[in-house]
Amino acid sequence: MHLPLQDYQRFGRQMILDAIGLPGQIKMREAAVVVVGAGGLGCPALQYMGAAGIGRIGIIDHDRVELSNLQRQILHNEKTLGMYKAESAAEALKRIDSGLKIDVMTVAICAENALELLRPYDIILDCTDNMPTRYLLSDAAVALGKPLVSGAAQKLEGQLSVFNLGPNGPCYRCLYPKPPPRDAVGSCEELGILGAVTGVIGNLQAVETIKIILGQHDSTPSLLLYSAFGFPPFRTVKLRQRKADCPACSNPAENSFSITNTDYVQFCGGVSPNWVEAGLVAGIAGHRIRAKELQELLSSNVPLKVIDVRPRTEYEICQLPGSENVPLKDLLTQPEKYILANSDQDIYVVCRLGNDSQLAADALRRIGSGATVRDVVGGLRAWSKNVDPEFPIY
Amino acid sequence: MTSTISIKIEFGGGLELLFNNQKSYKIEIPSLVPKDNSTDAESLSTKEKKPADVNYLIHHMRDHMLKERVELFMEKDTVRPGILVLINDTDWELEGEGEYLLKDRDEVVFISTLHGG
Repeated sequence: MHLPLQDYQRFGRQMILDAIGLPGQIKMREAAVVVVGAGGLGCPALQYMGAAGIGRIGIIDHDRVELSNLQRQILHNEKTLGMYKAESAAEALKRIDSGLKIDVMTVAICAENALELLRPYDIILDCTDNMPTRYLLSDAAVALGKPLVSGAAQKLEGQLSVFNLGPNGPCYRCLYPKPPPRDAVGSCEELGILGAVTGVIGNLQAVETIKIILGQHDSTPSLLLYSAFGFPPFRTVKLRQRKADCPACSNPAENSFSITNTDYVQFCGGVSPNWVEAGLVAGIAGHRIRAKELQELLSSNVPLKVIDVRPRTEYEICQLPGSENVPLKDLLTQPEKYILANSDQDIYVVCRLGNDSQLAADALRRIGSGATVRDVVGGLRAWSKNVDPEFPIY
Repeated sequence: MTSTISIKIEFGGGLELLFNNQKSYKIEIPSLVPKDNSTDAESLSTKEKKPADVNYLIHHMRDHMLKERVELFMEKDTVRPGILVLINDTDWELEGEGEYLLKDRDEVVFISTLHGG
């Protein structure tokens, strides 16, 4: 017998497909794939690949499960909060199939360890959430000669592509030789993400991977674009082939490109700012106040004005009583509009973490009216922490 | 009277935020445009011309449609890194990039690469 007896029953529904059959199931059983990132994309990809009977699955993720992950990272749950995501995901897969062979890797993938970590596998899935790792995985996939199934999702949109597939398949660098400026890049925490959107793209990554394992992937370079609330929601576009002058994938044997000599974070514009910490800086004397001090002023009945510069949607989630919402963009376009009418009142500016409020307060101060303008250190996060624990953190 | 062509523009990956948060535009541009991609009325009538291409379209968008800082859309004379341009559902690299000559009712999509997950 080619498969354990039980597997005929377990995988029967897919084995009777002409595209799979017994040979296809055996190919899957003999395949080894590695998923980098056990988050919004990685969870659904892992779930379907594990359930389909892929023989060996590596999971690389050094993050731990947090409450704000559960909205989309569907292999994790309340009981695995605080656990490494790679372990939590492996546990969930083992509940589907206790016989699965899973390699849990809780290290951060980096230029020094990437080749070693990825080498044992046939196919690499990019389920990561940041630019530097995307370039690193692409370069590593090229160096190791393995296809890279790349997914990305943000807000209500997703993108899917297979890189470095076949002799002419482009790599990530062929498509994006230079990273975008840092200002044009945000995270799921800053921009938001609908969980089911990561689910769509992660599931498609599993499908693409299975097609490659079965040897049935039409290697035409393409990019699938998904816009959940757009019409039509799916669009597939034809992409360029491998670029003759790509520093990474043109003649990989001969070129001098070196992964370990590349600082991927620097290449992508440096370390992402820690906005929580940045929002907590003391600033110039007299320019900022603590949440506690604002509370004292509010309860002292001194006439004052509180301007909340978050986007309208965020303001509607939760707000300080009596505060007025002026989204940062509107305020910066016409700061004078918001200060003239209240020139005798002191103005206190607040936002989510205390960064945008500094920009807004600076703009208001530059108008130079008599009013005192201050902003709140640490924003509403600090309000919740130091004044009112019932005030929501999101 | 100068002849014009109609172009459909779409945005993806958040780029619509740079263009008044509108995902789709239908615009008219002259079929012959200044060689140096200047888009003001005087240049349009006096300067040496070329057939309208994607390079001109990008400059037109910068000068007449963009609502945010230029560097979020352009770098030097083309789109900034991380923006992919698609002409009628094909990577513009396969179509001659900025030198692609626009035809009436072409659809040009500007997509910003996503990196979240």
